[in-house]
Amino acid sequence: MLGRIVDELARREGPRILAGLIGRLGGNFDLAEDALQDAYERALATWPAGGIPDRPGAWLTAVAQRSAIDRLRRSRRNVDDADAILEQLAAEALEPLDNAGFPDDRLRLLFTCCHPAIGAPAQMALALRTLCGLSTREIARAFLEPEATTAQRLVRAKKKIAEARIPYVVPGADELPERLAAVLATIYLVFNEGYSATEGNSLVRPDLSGEAIRLARLLMQLLPDEPEAAGLLSLMLLHDARRDARVSTEGAMIPLEEQDRSCWDGARIREGLDILDHAIATRRRGPYQLQAAIAALHAKAVSASSTDWRQIAALYGALHEMMPTPIVELNAAAAVAMVSGPEEGLAWIARLEASGELDDYYLLPAARADLLRRAGRGREAEPHYRRAIELASNPAERSYLERRLQEVARLPV
Amino acid sequence: MEYMILIYGDERGWADVEETKLKAMYAEYGSYTQELIKAGIMRAGSELKPVSTATTLRMRGGKLLKTDGPFAETKEQLGGYYLIDVPNLDDALKWAAKCPGTKTGSVEVRPLNPHS
Repeated sequence: MLGRIVDELARREGPRILAGLIGRLGGNFDLAEDALQDAYERALATWPAGGIPDRPGAWLTAVAQRSAIDRLRRSRRNVDDADAILEQLAAEALEPLDNAGFPDDRLRLLFTCCHPAIGAPAQMALALRTLCGLSTREIARAFLEPEATTAQRLVRAKKKIAEARIPYVVPGADELPERLAAVLATIYLVFNEGYSATEGNSLVRPDLSGEAIRLARLLMQLLPDEPEAAGLLSLMLLHDARRDARVSTEGAMIPLEEQDRSCWDGARIREGLDILDHAIATRRRGPYQLQAAIAALHAKAVSASSTDWRQIAALYGALHEMMPTPIVELNAAAAVAMVSGPEEGLAWIARLEASGELDDYYLLPAARADLLRRAGRGREAEPHYRRAIELASNPAERSYLERRLQEVARLPV
Repeated sequence: MEYMILIYGDERGWADVEETKLKAMYAEYGSYTQELIKAGIMRAGSELKPVSTATTLRMRGGKLLKTDGPFAETKEQLGGYYLIDVPNLDDALKWAAKCPGTKTGSVEVRPLNPHS
């Protein structure tokens, strides 16, 4: 029972306590993690007799800080600025935990974890470890990699933060837009890792999409004036609302047009739409808000046939102006096909293919095959479905493509 | 904390560059150097002669091997460096981003490993 309480405390208060400790310990992640671990152990040892303190979070913070001081004194020689940190700690009073004044330490932690000098996989692992409190084992399972790989990533990232002296700060106004983009991208990568990698063992797999949503909520709470943070949260909520409807009981992906819309999570959709409205009201548009606006149009359509494709195509056009990537263009092509007919979409795809940028991307042949099928040229779609199946890495997506391949293969020549 | 700004580029390209362009580039490096000095963070820096002037040494089995050329044949070679002293990596990256070498090649930033 007490173990469960401490676990729950660790989950709810742990990240904030850790973030504060790292800040007071001169950016030393390892020392802060070890000290907090000491505090949890101390809680398990002393609370049964003494009872749970009134403010357990403050108690854990104080105990962790004392443990950090002990550890620093013992290993003064191994820690670069041990003396400076000890002096600093002695000088400042312990911040009351309830006083979550800006800037929140967790924001500094998030920006440090997502520093561009750290590789994307390590950024994600570090954010999940420190801000979501996932164990190394849980992160390894989520990314379907050996635990040793994750552990090494975390060690290297923390080492780089310490040795290259990546500052533990929220970047200044001049750098904030660029750095915020990296934070948003990391959170979105975590989300997509959970959203499209449906092949994992769902029993032991932590819900990465849920963790990404948690991180985005935190970011929005910490930076309430950043419409793109709200845009990202809205985008993820609107996608996540379709989670149950997008995989069949056999594990095959179900495309948007065939999903049972009554299985969409209405509460999530409403929340996503509200947050998007709040973001759009700032009149500072950005790529995440545009993508959320596209997702919102799908969410609002009562049936696939009543989808406002004209509006969606226009939004993709605006998105392409901000983010001129071939993947955005491919999505735009699909929307254009819904407005102006499949042949028009096929012309876009031919142009994209000529650019050669999406050569190994399974959605290019998949989109072409789907448009050929819609254009009544199903037999021509066959080789493109085959190519897409070759390139797709996710079994759920492959099952869907195989179903389509069988359908077109049965068509008369 | 001291950071090394290592400037890499494909030096073969420089042979065919017109005189005026070359002059403009040196002027750019000149004003960059002045900026570092004015900010009080410049510790050292120089252009290096091309890799054709390099000699590489390796001690193997107690025998010293001397070879003509750089330690590895790569597309981009180390062509110059700056050594700066700034509080943290963000500052180092900010300064490195202004280095003209980012436009023609790659610029690598590495903290020095001080031993007391």
